[in-house]
Amino acid sequence: MKLRRWFLLPAWLWMALLFLAPFAIVLAYSLLTRGTYGGVGGPWTLENYQRLLDPLYLTILLRSFAMAAAATAICLALAFPAALFIARSNRHRNLYLQLVMLPFWTSFLVRTYAWMFLLRDTGLINTALQWTGIIHGPLPLLYNNGAVLLGLVYGYLPFMVLPIYATLERMDPALAEAAADLGARPMVTVLRIIAPLAMPGILAGSVLVFIPCLGAYLTPDLLGGGRSAMVGNLVQNQFTTARDWPFGSAVSIALMALVTALLWALLRKQKEPIA
Amino acid sequence: MSDVLELRELVKDYPGQRALAGISLAVPRGSFFSLLGPSGCGKTTTLRMIAGFEQPTSGDVLLSGERVNDRKPYERNVSTVFQSYALFPHFTAQQNIEFGLRQRRAPDIGKRVAEALALVSLTGKEERRPAQLSGGERQRVALARSLVVQPDVLLLDEPLAALDPKLRKQMRLELKAMQRRVGITFLLVTHDQEEAMSMSDQLAVMNEGRIEQVGAPEDVYLRPANRFVAGFLGAVNWIGGVGVRPEATRIGGMDGQAKACPTSGRQRRGAVTGSVFLGDSVEVSVRLETGEHVIAQAPRGAAALQAGEAVGVWWDAAEELKFP
Repeated sequence: MKLRRWFLLPAWLWMALLFLAPFAIVLAYSLLTRGTYGGVGGPWTLENYQRLLDPLYLTILLRSFAMAAAATAICLALAFPAALFIARSNRHRNLYLQLVMLPFWTSFLVRTYAWMFLLRDTGLINTALQWTGIIHGPLPLLYNNGAVLLGLVYGYLPFMVLPIYATLERMDPALAEAAADLGARPMVTVLRIIAPLAMPGILAGSVLVFIPCLGAYLTPDLLGGGRSAMVGNLVQNQFTTARDWPFGSAVSIALMALVTALLWALLRKQKEPIA
Repeated sequence: MSDVLELRELVKDYPGQRALAGISLAVPRGSFFSLLGPSGCGKTTTLRMIAGFEQPTSGDVLLSGERVNDRKPYERNVSTVFQSYALFPHFTAQQNIEFGLRQRRAPDIGKRVAEALALVSLTGKEERRPAQLSGGERQRVALARSLVVQPDVLLLDEPLAALDPKLRKQMRLELKAMQRRVGITFLLVTHDQEEAMSMSDQLAVMNEGRIEQVGAPEDVYLRPANRFVAGFLGAVNWIGGVGVRPEATRIGGMDGQAKACPTSGRQRRGAVTGSVFLGDSVEVSVRLETGEHVIAQAPRGAAALQAGEAVGVWWDAAEELKFP
């Protein structure tokens, strides 16, 4: 009994050293003032948080939420039918699951560069379209919100497919049969029976997609080319080019607070019995 | 057209295996019909093809004289009581029962659901979810949900298998009474011969994808078409090539009974090897002089018989089951 308590020690140390301590430092920085040459010093202030209300930053924050929400919605629309298909297939189920996870075999950075090669003016898509004569000048596929959204959906789709698949796979197949048996057309069966019962998986998938999308840095940086900056880029910019660590910290803390509030609301809602 | 359901030369092949080898069947409207057979005999496959969940490899399914092979499950007027009940866990009992009526955009939904709830004695529990109901109550909800849509045929897939034995016996009577009251054709799939015999007007005994015999329970029990049917419907003692049911097998040589057997009967001599007390009767095992083992279902007094005791075994020639 006594010994067992020590089993958690490594985990606690890990959390304290690599989560709580950095968090405390960032929190402290966010309340300090930027020094003249980029350092951090007194006095304590809330000014960094007030600056967040500047329309410039609010726009970035809103865009990030909109992008993350859109990416989550598109992922859900793509992932639900796919997960249903995989859960219903008997013979090749494992193959399909492997295919969903196949992108993880390569680095995310490399895959994002691959998208740049596909989307840029002299990229594969534009070249092919011009060669076939469908278009005469290159389409603006890269460096815009659409490209960022595409990158986010592409990158986080598996995180939506897998939790939904997990709930669908556990579902008694007789439930869908019973609905059809009672006269429900396939669409009604999906909307009234299958989707509500898959809600835990849908919520889990949405959280797993929405949160990383909200803080995404690499995708908007490479595919947005600075023209569709998101919160992640703002934070990075403050810590590097702008050398304003207190404001960068304030942005990080604000983002974290928003996400926490959102998750808390969601969890409270989910406590009400679903099944 | 008095047959509500007809199967014509139904064949179902799975990769490397034939599940149904051509079965034909006619189920009269308003009857209680059972498909009886051991697991893997194809009875559930047959049921699933009638519901439309599976497609026959060849052959036809006819509902009220109309070929329905190409109709989807939601286009067929049959409904199923699943072995797992398959109640929608996020719906209340009421919502489960009205689901089918809503799909049909039926009038008077509230009234019909209330009637269905009353029929299965669940009035007052309409707001409960499946998880808040007992096993028996869940089954009643499943029944009500399927009955309320007034199907041409109600399909029941081993509906009593999940209940405890006492409840099972009670539900047999209730199901039978309910079928009489609503007048809907019931098609029951079961591997339990007592269940099939106690409820059915007619039953079909299936084995290895074929129908062995169709008939009323008495017919099939007393005049089985072959050894498989005889053995599946109840225990049989095979004596010199003929079958005799244990309850038709009598033992002479007990206290108070004449040692001699009636002259009209057949008899053998043997020795008791053991007995099992069942409460209302005793099962006595006897080894005949010919070496054959028989079991006789005897009155309680037979419990006094000791192992090794010499007895006479006899039976009425009219009770013999003979097969070529």
